[in-house]
Amino acid sequence: MVDMTADTDQNDAGELRTADGQPLKSSLARAQRRARTRAAILVAPLLLFVLITFVVPIGQMLFRSIHNDGFTMHTSISDGVKTPIMVNLRDWFDDNPRGTEPDEAAYEALVMDLRLLRELRAPGQVGTRINYEHSGSRSLFTKTARRADRLEAPFKEAVLDVDEDWAEPELWSAMRTASNPYTLSFYLAAVDMTTTPEGDIVSVDENRQIYINLFIRTLWLSALITGLCFLLGFPVAHLLAILPMRTSNLLMILVLLPFWTSLLVRTTSWMVLLQSQGVVNDVMVAMGIIGDDGRIQMMYNQIGTIVAMTHILLPFMILPMYSVMRTIPPSYARAARSLGATSWTTFRRIYFPQTIPGIAAGSMLVFILAVGYYITPALVGGSDGQLISNLIAFHMQNSLNWSLAAALAALLLFGVLILYWLYDRLVGIDNMKLG
Amino acid sequence: MTVTPQDEAFVSFDRVQKSYDGETLVVKDLNLHIGKGEFLTMLGPSGSGKTTCLMMLAGFETATHGEITLDGRPINNIPPHKRGIGMVFQNYALFPHMSVAENLAFPLEVRGMGKTERDAAVARALDMVQMGEFGGRRPAQLSGGQQQRIALARALVFEPELVLMDEPLGALDKQLREHMQYEIKHLHERLGITVVYVTHDQSEALTMSDRVAVFDDGRIQQLATPQALYEEPENAFVAQFIGENNKLMAEVTAIDGDTVHVKFDDGETGTALAVANTGVGTRTLLSIRPERVTLNPTNGANAVAAEVLELIYHGDHIRCRMRVHGNDEFIVKVPNAGGQGPLEEGQKLTIGWATRDCRALDA
Repeated sequence: MVDMTADTDQNDAGELRTADGQPLKSSLARAQRRARTRAAILVAPLLLFVLITFVVPIGQMLFRSIHNDGFTMHTSISDGVKTPIMVNLRDWFDDNPRGTEPDEAAYEALVMDLRLLRELRAPGQVGTRINYEHSGSRSLFTKTARRADRLEAPFKEAVLDVDEDWAEPELWSAMRTASNPYTLSFYLAAVDMTTTPEGDIVSVDENRQIYINLFIRTLWLSALITGLCFLLGFPVAHLLAILPMRTSNLLMILVLLPFWTSLLVRTTSWMVLLQSQGVVNDVMVAMGIIGDDGRIQMMYNQIGTIVAMTHILLPFMILPMYSVMRTIPPSYARAARSLGATSWTTFRRIYFPQTIPGIAAGSMLVFILAVGYYITPALVGGSDGQLISNLIAFHMQNSLNWSLAAALAALLLFGVLILYWLYDRLVGIDNMKLG
Repeated sequence: MTVTPQDEAFVSFDRVQKSYDGETLVVKDLNLHIGKGEFLTMLGPSGSGKTTCLMMLAGFETATHGEITLDGRPINNIPPHKRGIGMVFQNYALFPHMSVAENLAFPLEVRGMGKTERDAAVARALDMVQMGEFGGRRPAQLSGGQQQRIALARALVFEPELVLMDEPLGALDKQLREHMQYEIKHLHERLGITVVYVTHDQSEALTMSDRVAVFDDGRIQQLATPQALYEEPENAFVAQFIGENNKLMAEVTAIDGDTVHVKFDDGETGTALAVANTGVGTRTLLSIRPERVTLNPTNGANAVAAEVLELIYHGDHIRCRMRVHGNDEFIVKVPNAGGQGPLEEGQKLTIGWATRDCRALDA
């Protein structure tokens, strides 16, 4: 107990206590709990909303990128009953290591499984799953499953009789990979790699590589667009910051005007301006700068993507820079001038370093938005102005390979997080001001 | 040092006018000559044009008319960074992204001074303001008073002959401000630099300056030593602005050399020192310092009946609001000497003042 003769607010261990002997820490915690509970209740709706609309979908997407049960489980569309499929073949895979030549037992297991698939009307599902890894497999599965009931031992010859493609080791390798619903194969595919029948991980042929180049192009174009936004936005933000409030508010409306116009309208107006029969080309032809046969292709290629996205993302660069510049008192520049610095030195050494938090925030914002931009490149990008998000959309909507789309999206997410981390290490995240 | 002929002036404003909008003059016909090594304070209420004058001297504003010369050469067309004038700003304007030492090295760096020389000069300047150990800190890690010292050191580190200070102590608390006043004063004396100091705080101006220029409405109302300014204000504005002041309105009845005879509105008469050129029959404003009023005077030149309305205890003195010549706002400072019998509210007594302490100014 507390020694009342000594300092009453300290016990032997030196722990602080309140006047009535309660430990100070628990007393403080109790006093703060009420305020904290109230704050928690206030943010609870938002927390719930974020959880349902953000954390759960992203979690599901990440799960889908490593989990695909197209080869292992069939869910009936009508009553939702789940039936394990390809059980016999999976057992054979478990008993035989990777690289084993498929023997009679393997083919027998395959035929048994195909008979079940036919019963469940599921050969298409399994074929699609294998098709992701080994193209041309879907028709192989549907065709063979149709005849599975009529096949008799020896099954190896019977199956190869239906289609010789069944002998391909790549096909068996793909089936082995798919036999485990948890797989990294989608991530491998997303970085243009594949697993050989022997189990080695190698890059796919040069002429079949898509994603790595697209990732590089996405990052490069985003960096370029960020740089252009910075070059165009910095003088504007500076002007807005030094003008009297009334004039700068008027100009600010012009900066914000694009926000009030639909993204689609802005993108299509760039199409009107930049296409080969468009306004810009017409004017240049009329002025004699270029001949009628020398019209510049500025749309449906990278130029179109760069121009339209720079325009659309410019306000996201200007606003954070403006809000930072506004807070820099003119007395800093005056002090520098009175200390003997020329106006250029003052800008370089005094003004510019203080705008870095705004530049960083704007660049970060523009870059992250650009990396994930979809609609503008889809409309004006043509083939070489497409970004990774366009391919993610393709896999979501056309090829229906959601696991690959998820893997691509997850890679994009990790990439941005790594950049964020790098930024924090180099510049410091607390050095960023969004407004 | 108090009077400097124009041709010897270190800094001179010659018929300088300044207008921002082309309609009103912020500075009206300013003539001011500042001697080498002088500490001159520009004192005035906000909007009186004092800061504009400083900014014109520093080169951040251009004079609309007139000429400013520094050490004999006109500087109207010299950009600020070539004037070689040190400046201390109200909010210190220490560069937040540089350490204290880097802040101090900046003016030397832009002058192309070598690294070793620079470091030595920075260390000297830091020692001068007793901040030797703070070179590695960021300005944000310093207290207001420390920032102020660094700002001072930065303005002095490149050894300018003229230093401008724009309300440098405005953001400090009272005690620190008084302490810094002495420090700046001592630095000025030790280094022999010329200082032009802008403030709206009259006690600051009186404490530090060799001469004070009181600004109002774009003009210098009075340019004098602190003592002359307080003791002998030349017009009502200065009397009112510097120190506390009782105002009594009266009519001039006769002029006798330095002395004017006046008749107050309640019919009583008195004498005052003639300051403004007022003629017989004109209204005049009499100005009396609260501490120059005596209670129960023995010689009754300006003896007048008064009634105590309010007593305010101030520790070292007691402020006593009285009704005198019909004026309810007449303040008398009674020293808290202890021996005196206490005044009471409602008490009637006689007070008086010497003729030379009652200055007849323009009404």
